[in-house]
Amino acid sequence: MRLGSGTFAAGCVVIEVLGVALFLRGFFPAPVFSGAERQAESPAPEPSAGASSNWTELPPPLFSKVVILLIDALRDDFVFGSKGVKFMPYTTYLVEKGSSLSFVAEAKPPTVTMPRIKALLTGSLPGFIDVVRNLNSPTLMEDNVITRAKAAGKRIIFYGDETWVKLFPKHFVEYDGTTSFFVSDYTEVDNNVTRHLDKVLKRQDWDMLILHYLGLDHIGHISGPSSPLVGHKLSEMDSILMKIHTALLAEERDPLLPSLLVLCGDHGMSEAGGHGASSMEEVNTALVLVSSAFERKPGDVRHPTRVQQTDLAATLSIGLGLPIPKSNTGGLMFPVVEGRPMREQLRFLHLNTVQLSKLLQENVPSYNKEPGFEQFKVSERSHRNWIRLYLEENNSEVVFNLGAKVRRQYLDALRTLKLSLSRRAAQYDVYSMAVGTVLVLEALVLLLLSVPQALSSRAELDVPLLSPVCSLLFYLLLLALAALHVVVCTAADSSCYLCSLPWLAAGGVMTLIAALLCAGMSALTRVFAGGKCLSQVELAFQNPPQSTSRWSELDLLSFLGTVGHVLSLGASSFIEEEHQTWYFLVNTLCLALCHQIYRKCLLGDDCAPQHCPHTGEEFDGVAVALQGKRAGPEGWELSRAPADPSSLEALRGSERWMVLASPWLVLACCRLLRSLNQTGVQWAHRPDLGHWLTSSDHKAELSVLAALSLTMIFVLVQKRCSLTSKVAMAFGLLGIYCYRAAIGNVLFPWQQDNKDISKGITEARFVYVFVLGILFTGAKDLLKSQIIAADFTARTVGLWEIHSGLVLLATLLLRPHNLPVLVLSLAIQTIMAQFIWRPLRHDVAEVTVMHYWFGQAFFYFQGNSNSIATVDISAGFVGLDAYMEIPAMFLTAFATYSGPVLWASHLVNFLTSEASSGSALSHACFCYALICSIPVSVYIILVTSLRYHLFIWSVFSPKLLYEGMHLLITAAVCIFFTAMDQTNTKS
Amino acid sequence: MDWPLSDTSFCIATQENTMKDTDIKKLLYTHLLCIFSIILSIFIPSFFLENFSILETHLTWLCICSVSVTAVNLVLYLVVKPNVSSKRSSLSYKVTRFLKCCIYFLTSCFFFHVIFVLYGAPLIELALETFSLAVILSTFTTIPCLCLLGPNFKAWLRIFSRNGVTSIWENSLQITTISSFVGIWLGAFPIPLDWGRPWQEWPISCTLGATFGYVAGLVISPLWIYWNRKKLTYKNN
Ligand SMILES: [Zn+2]
Ligand SMILES: [Zn+2]
Repeated sequence: MRLGSGTFAAGCVVIEVLGVALFLRGFFPAPVFSGAERQAESPAPEPSAGASSNWTELPPPLFSKVVILLIDALRDDFVFGSKGVKFMPYTTYLVEKGSSLSFVAEAKPPTVTMPRIKALLTGSLPGFIDVVRNLNSPTLMEDNVITRAKAAGKRIIFYGDETWVKLFPKHFVEYDGTTSFFVSDYTEVDNNVTRHLDKVLKRQDWDMLILHYLGLDHIGHISGPSSPLVGHKLSEMDSILMKIHTALLAEERDPLLPSLLVLCGDHGMSEAGGHGASSMEEVNTALVLVSSAFERKPGDVRHPTRVQQTDLAATLSIGLGLPIPKSNTGGLMFPVVEGRPMREQLRFLHLNTVQLSKLLQENVPSYNKEPGFEQFKVSERSHRNWIRLYLEENNSEVVFNLGAKVRRQYLDALRTLKLSLSRRAAQYDVYSMAVGTVLVLEALVLLLLSVPQALSSRAELDVPLLSPVCSLLFYLLLLALAALHVVVCTAADSSCYLCSLPWLAAGGVMTLIAALLCAGMSALTRVFAGGKCLSQVELAFQNPPQSTSRWSELDLLSFLGTVGHVLSLGASSFIEEEHQTWYFLVNTLCLALCHQIYRKCLLGDDCAPQHCPHTGEEFDGVAVALQGKRAGPEGWELSRAPADPSSLEALRGSERWMVLASPWLVLACCRLLRSLNQTGVQWAHRPDLGHWLTSSDHKAELSVLAALSLTMIFVLVQKRCSLTSKVAMAFGLLGIYCYRAAIGNVLFPWQQDNKDISKGITEARFVYVFVLGILFTGAKDLLKSQIIAADFTARTVGLWEIHSGLVLLATLLLRPHNLPVLVLSLAIQTIMAQFIWRPLRHDVAEVTVMHYWFGQAFFYFQGNSNSIATVDISAGFVGLDAYMEIPAMFLTAFATYSGPVLWASHLVNFLTSEASSGSALSHACFCYALICSIPVSVYIILVTSLRYHLFIWSVFSPKLLYEGMHLLITAAVCIFFTAMDQTNTKS
Repeated sequence: MDWPLSDTSFCIATQENTMKDTDIKKLLYTHLLCIFSIILSIFIPSFFLENFSILETHLTWLCICSVSVTAVNLVLYLVVKPNVSSKRSSLSYKVTRFLKCCIYFLTSCFFFHVIFVLYGAPLIELALETFSLAVILSTFTTIPCLCLLGPNFKAWLRIFSRNGVTSIWENSLQITTISSFVGIWLGAFPIPLDWGRPWQEWPISCTLGATFGYVAGLVISPLWIYWNRKKLTYKNN
């Protein structure tokens, strides 16, 4: 089957989108959480068979005061092992002989502080999805112990890691957050916490005190767990524990309502000193509960038992007399309530199982068949019977024994429920991830292998689809994949997304993988065969061309830039500051262009690679794609420009000066835009023009700027539009100003102050009408050019009108202080097209790469970054009076990616208006697809290997979402390209 | 165009080779002297100045390094004279030429400063640091160009285009200059990393990058020329 290279590339990108979607589904498994809104819901009453029991409200708290002493990276053997015996004598005494309960709490990966704090307090296993759910604030929205305690009127004091203050900004009556930014400091961070201790322990005005010590974790990061510093730190922590414990004991007046001291760690410490992954050392943390309620008889030896970290939330809730958080997946640590009367014990267990089974009902459609749910029903029934018995005859041996039986049933039910919930909870679905990665990589390899063919002057390639489908290899592969699928899905504890798909869909995916693999194989053999034949041709010529002459600086730069950018994605700081990479690359690109221009203009030097003799040397695919020399001169040059090499010298005076000045103009524009929005992390706090403009004191300046920008947009866009769309554009831009004035961003000169702010729905819809009108006119012109063959001007006008329609939409959606971004983007496009690409006759691949780079840079100029927090959600509400999911998502995505989209649409315009060769568009489409899919594919592999990295949730995952979205946009762009190309070939 | 070469007997092959060899030797020695001057600028001042270190008193080091490299370059130029222009060596001509060179040097400093600002260096704060970076880069690139080619912008452009080199000296100039630029370019990479090291401060990593690049160019260029001495033929225009 013969396909145009554009169509082929679009197909590959669509397959990649599929693969990335599958990967994302595996990487961000749907977490177990309660979707029910938080409402005043009465607690589950005690089950009763008759009407006699009316214990409906929550049981009273078991503890009056709670102190949580969270020591970051407190591994279990730091307390229970030899180190604990040596350096923590008081704690060891408490663990071995005192009134305490000790546990080894198992943390789930990622063993990183913030998710672990969430797990401790919500009892759920936080997935990435809750980062997405509360887009704009890092505040913990999920139901948790702290929020419940605050609602119950408890006064909470917090000292320690700043993360808590971010998670609970309004919950503490008093707090002092210390940043964990300087990992090299391990004394100051802890002294900052300890200095409050003496004062606070003397006071009576709190119910809950939370201390988070970071020093131990920092020591681990600096010198590892076996360093002598660890011992010092542990002794310090031991003395702090002693201080708190003695203070609590001294204050305890009511022996019935003792206080509770919780010593715990958020995660462990690996032998190298870090954490984040899932080794035993990182997962096992110490957990010691100290309270006089846990008094033991002499000779009672308690060994630390294993629990889940998530169990603490339920235990704390019960201990404080609070409702259990809704998304909790943990179970009550039973020894805590063992000393209470039987009726209370059963009540606590009942509350916990009811909550867990509710969560199961919400998350599992077939919850009735779950063994845990059945066990819960059985134990509830026997509980009911027991209550009747209990109320009828008090204090008998029989009642107690029956109660113990019910308790056992409850504990079993609890264990089974916990198991089935935690199995569904956040863990990487490696199978789906692997299948997605394979799909993406196959598509990429296919793209790379078909570079020589796709960039040939015919821009067509043979896609061997039919023959592999009939080949034996294909069926063997399919069989092997099916077998693999069955084995994986029938394995003991699989909760893979692919397995939950219907068989037909999974089979389709397998077929796709096998077919792509076969196609890749045949492409590979063809390349090898072709390479051999070409090298023979070369030998025959006896004239190996100098390989250096084939690479102009620009090609080298685009190759190195692409490679460098892809490599930089492995470092979290470079992801956070990715805008710097693009600004740097674009600047360097401009300087390289400048060098090229000056050389050509002043020296008449023309070693432009277009004129090198064309030979079929075999290359690494990317290199060829980037420089695209294979096509030879005739397919590549953008004609129109004068053909002789010294064309630049023939330019008229003023134009010549413009050519010389244009790179500097572009550079100046970029510098201006750069100071408009500070993004990223490290320098985000620096003052920028954007903040200055949006502050309410500078509304007049912002209005002037907006008006000026709108005028400039009109001036830059109108010259190539038809009259109708010119008028529509003018009205549309006017409407945008009215819209911004209506919602109070800008002022009219006659308007004194913002008295009535509306949502501006009428104005926005007025603009939408014109956007649609312009797009429609453009489409009409395109269709006209198809019907009347060779109507070239109608075609370019139509494309430009579509471009200007998109510009108008972006103008409406972007915030007013970002309008200069659009103006300068249009200006740079005009300058580059007029004075750089046209006179210098860059080839299609170079022009495409430059468009892509500028598109990326403009993505960040708009103020975007790789953190979810910078997505401007307000764009999704423009012109909508209620939240409508699909339009809002489309508008937000368009506003966010308007930079890359507008540059891509300019690429179509430029190539159609310039290139003589009909294959330019499909070449550009191929290059665009290739250059966009390389970073995504590499990033997927990087993320998979870094999935236990410290910053996986905070840095790498948001970037993964951005990359996925970018690939989706690229697919749309490629399809648009192909459609334009199709109309081109038809006309 | 006025850059006649000192050798006019390039056509005779054997002589050409020996000329080349002696030239390469000369080149190597001059470059070693330049490297030596940079090393000295690191160690000598600590005997005279208190608390001198590259990172803490960076600007002082920059000044010293820049001055010493300039001085060594000028001295070497006067001693070695890779391209003597025999004609028109009157005093007034020399003076105007010298003044022109100074103007060119200053212009290049400002030019580099502008480029750094375009690359994202802060506009107002740290202007002194940015300017000193521009000075050190000019020292590594403009001064050798001025010494070898004189104030002639077209000749400079010619050197940095393909096949535009006409002698070993120009070839080495091309290599050292490009490697200084590449060094400063690469030196900007560690700035966004969150390691919090003192050398990540603006502009220390860039100056270090430029210095390493320059030194690397000084080392590489004689070796490269020696390695390719058979293939290198220079058009004598
Ligand atoms: Zn931690
Ligand atoms: Zn840590």
